Amino acid sequence: MKLNLKIWRQKDAKSNGQMVDYPISGIEGDMSFLEMMDVLNEELITKGEDPVVFDHDCREGICGSCSLQINGEPHGPDRLITTCQLHMRKFNDGDTIVIEPFRAKAFPVIKDLMVDRSSFDRIQQAGGYISVNTSGNTVDANAIPIDKHDADEAMDSATCIGCGACVAACKNASAMLFTSAKVSQYALLPQGQVEATDRVLNMVRQMDLEGFGNCTNTGACEVECPKGISLENIARMNREYFSASLKG
Amino acid sequence: MGILDSKIPSGPLADKWTNHKNHIDLVNPANKRNIDIIVVGTGLAGGSAAATLAELGYNVKTFCYQDSPRRAHSIAAQGGINAAKNYQGDGDSNYRLFYDTVKGGDYRSREANVYRLAEVSGNIIDQCVAQGVPFAREYGGLLDNRSFGGVLVSRTFYAKGQTGQQLLLGAYSAMNRQINRGKILPFNRHEMMDLVKVDGKARGIIARNLVTGEIERHSAHAVVLATGGYGNVFFLSTNAMGSNVMAAWRAHRRGAFFSNPCFTQIHPTCIPVSGDHQSKLTLMSESLRNDGRIWVPKRIEDAQAIREGKLKPTQLKEEDRDYYLERRYPAFGNLVPRDVASRAAKERCDAGFGVNKTGEAVYLDFASAIMRYGKEKALTSGLKNPDDKTLRELGEKVVEAKYGNLFQMYEKIVDENPYKTPMMIYPAVHYTMGGLWVDYNLQTTIPGCYAAGEANFSDHGANRLGASALMQGLADGYFVLPYTIGDYLSNDIRTGKIATDSPEFDAAEQEVRDRIAKLMGGSGTHSVDHYHKKLGKIMWNKCGMSRNAKDLQEAIDEISNLRADFWANVRIPGSAEGMNQELEKAGRVADFLELGELFAKDALTRNESCGGHFREEYQTPEGEALRDDENFKFVSAWEYKGEPKDAVLHKEDLVYDNIELKTRSYK
Repeated sequence: MKLNLKIWRQKDAKSNGQMVDYPISGIEGDMSFLEMMDVLNEELITKGEDPVVFDHDCREGICGSCSLQINGEPHGPDRLITTCQLHMRKFNDGDTIVIEPFRAKAFPVIKDLMVDRSSFDRIQQAGGYISVNTSGNTVDANAIPIDKHDADEAMDSATCIGCGACVAACKNASAMLFTSAKVSQYALLPQGQVEATDRVLNMVRQMDLEGFGNCTNTGACEVECPKGISLENIARMNREYFSASLKG
Repeated sequence: MGILDSKIPSGPLADKWTNHKNHIDLVNPANKRNIDIIVVGTGLAGGSAAATLAELGYNVKTFCYQDSPRRAHSIAAQGGINAAKNYQGDGDSNYRLFYDTVKGGDYRSREANVYRLAEVSGNIIDQCVAQGVPFAREYGGLLDNRSFGGVLVSRTFYAKGQTGQQLLLGAYSAMNRQINRGKILPFNRHEMMDLVKVDGKARGIIARNLVTGEIERHSAHAVVLATGGYGNVFFLSTNAMGSNVMAAWRAHRRGAFFSNPCFTQIHPTCIPVSGDHQSKLTLMSESLRNDGRIWVPKRIEDAQAIREGKLKPTQLKEEDRDYYLERRYPAFGNLVPRDVASRAAKERCDAGFGVNKTGEAVYLDFASAIMRYGKEKALTSGLKNPDDKTLRELGEKVVEAKYGNLFQMYEKIVDENPYKTPMMIYPAVHYTMGGLWVDYNLQTTIPGCYAAGEANFSDHGANRLGASALMQGLADGYFVLPYTIGDYLSNDIRTGKIATDSPEFDAAEQEVRDRIAKLMGGSGTHSVDHYHKKLGKIMWNKCGMSRNAKDLQEAIDEISNLRADFWANVRIPGSAEGMNQELEKAGRVADFLELGELFAKDALTRNESCGGHFREEYQTPEGEALRDDENFKFVSAWEYKGEPKDAVLHKEDLVYDNIELKTRSYK
């Protein structure tokens, strides 16, 4: 199929960017979206032009590297998948596809479609862990039984891949879904209880410091999340935050 | 013993590790604060090592090419992690895990290392649970287990189909705790370009900041390489796009011996290649072989009709199908080890029985499992005389609960519904057992340079068992390396900070700059991917699932020519200042072009078949691997001498005091 791509090009963080048109042909339905981008880049390299820079790595939907705002939606039109799992059969011959980086103040553009998501790492560093030494001299793994439902729910929260689609989907560029997924995972497990108060206060403080917006419950994050992280996580974090504030 | 001293402690097998720990030198906490360690790679091995070393008090710098340590490719491991906990009471023990691993590796791994791995495996699970890793649980609240290929017990712990992700995020959280305390300084989007040696010891690295293009000097008292495997030498593999051999290869060029490069795992159940545009391959978990039956048509004309789209697999009668694994290996059937299953698929497809357009695919069929589960479900739900349609619907629900996410992934990629028509699968490169040679302390042949996880060669011999990679990565990182490295560093407590303005750093940086300039100065005829794809084709066709002397010799010549062509004619647009993804790829492919040749040379030297290494000249009349313990019971360790063809082979003889060497049989 033939497509008309409109792609955001930006030389570096300091330069201004702009949309550039790239007509492309010979695209097959079996190609993934990123393989379509590979075809484009190969053409650009052959012509002596700079290829389009974008983040990608595992190409199987788990590392969270790939991003891309495709026709206004993070990871494109399909649900519960990342851009690398999106296939070109979702598009039609002659389509125009608009490709932009994830937009947020806390995700500055590095080049073209690549953004800096280190703000996510700093939120995790502020408290996204259990302070247990890695000596291995802990209690036996089966010493504390955990209700299967709690364990399964913790697992659901823990499947967040840190891609940033929630932020890109949110009109406020809020990182509540991302932050709450980690807070929830630990809140649901007995091992996470000891530091619960400090954790939620520190992580939320860091989230605010990074310049993410507030949550106004539009639910766009849940819709666009490739891993289906639920809004319940945000509700749980709000409860944790409230009770921590009273204690703190 | 020769030049290679594996430093295996004396004493009975089960006491070696404890005795060793009791006698290695320690560094006191005040002195640890004056010692710097560089960890390259932040996957399971690197992330866990960095966290533990920082916790012990060392100053740690971590390096990864990704934008965050959380994205290392350990994250993609699906099935699980083995541990000899014996929670199921099915007779498991450290010895059994040790035995299964040595046997699974076709008797080409080191006894002492593997026993230690089994010994610390239980602690890994304790540690991860304490860190909040949400493993799957039973209704009673205790941990659940599943079983994997090649073993007779249930010892695999798992977190849905995302075990690697959860374990990696556990290690990442342990790292984050130390980053927050200022004990780990992370350098993300950085690539190690060279290892710096001072007075024969590893004392630092030269790294490139991938965002700014700056070349940086970093010094340390020891350097840990936890940079994963080299499967991407095949271009197409289940590895991440960025996975590469550069750090390990740079260390090799500086004197670290490279072991068993030809031991590569080709995983039997991957989604087949669909066309030339393909950039990577996707694994379908080994767990599917519990319920899926593998087959091709019995008659070659049926296979042809299927390939041409004139016949559907569901139209083929039971008696017209060849369940070749069940036919050849009645005892293990569809659950033979990975190397055996992969070769059998290739054999059928080479004989003309492949079932997709390219002729390189076999069926993985869930129809009988769906009906079996359907009947079971009907019985337990008290349904009387249900028709086939109802049984099928009930069965599909059960299969969905077990493998739903994998079926969904398959459907997204292939655009076919695997509940209704059999999956198509084909083997793909997945893991590399070979890697940097290390002694019992995980030290390479360069003093002060250590290798952990997939980057070293030590534990899996010629074939790795399922769910053992995660175990080894975390064992090395949490429980082995942080202690054995102290023995070396105890001599460095008075050394003081390592200067980066020494002639050694000057020279290493200059070499890196020269190399980048040379890459940028190619005549510009072909892109990096052009060369990478060509290399991949040579590797797959001549160094893949089966090899012979003629092909291997051709591969050596072709790779050598391709390398010369690459350096003369590669095209890298843009400049080396700032972000340049083509330049990054070029550096990695340049090293693959050297490793690939050594790989072929290693395979040509090993005149036997064992595990993942199958030489057509050495097989039984039934087509099974023919090992030669008399002449090849050794680890190959290659010393760099310039061109790969000049590499010098050293041998570490493998001694089996506790296990009797046998021919693996799965019949």
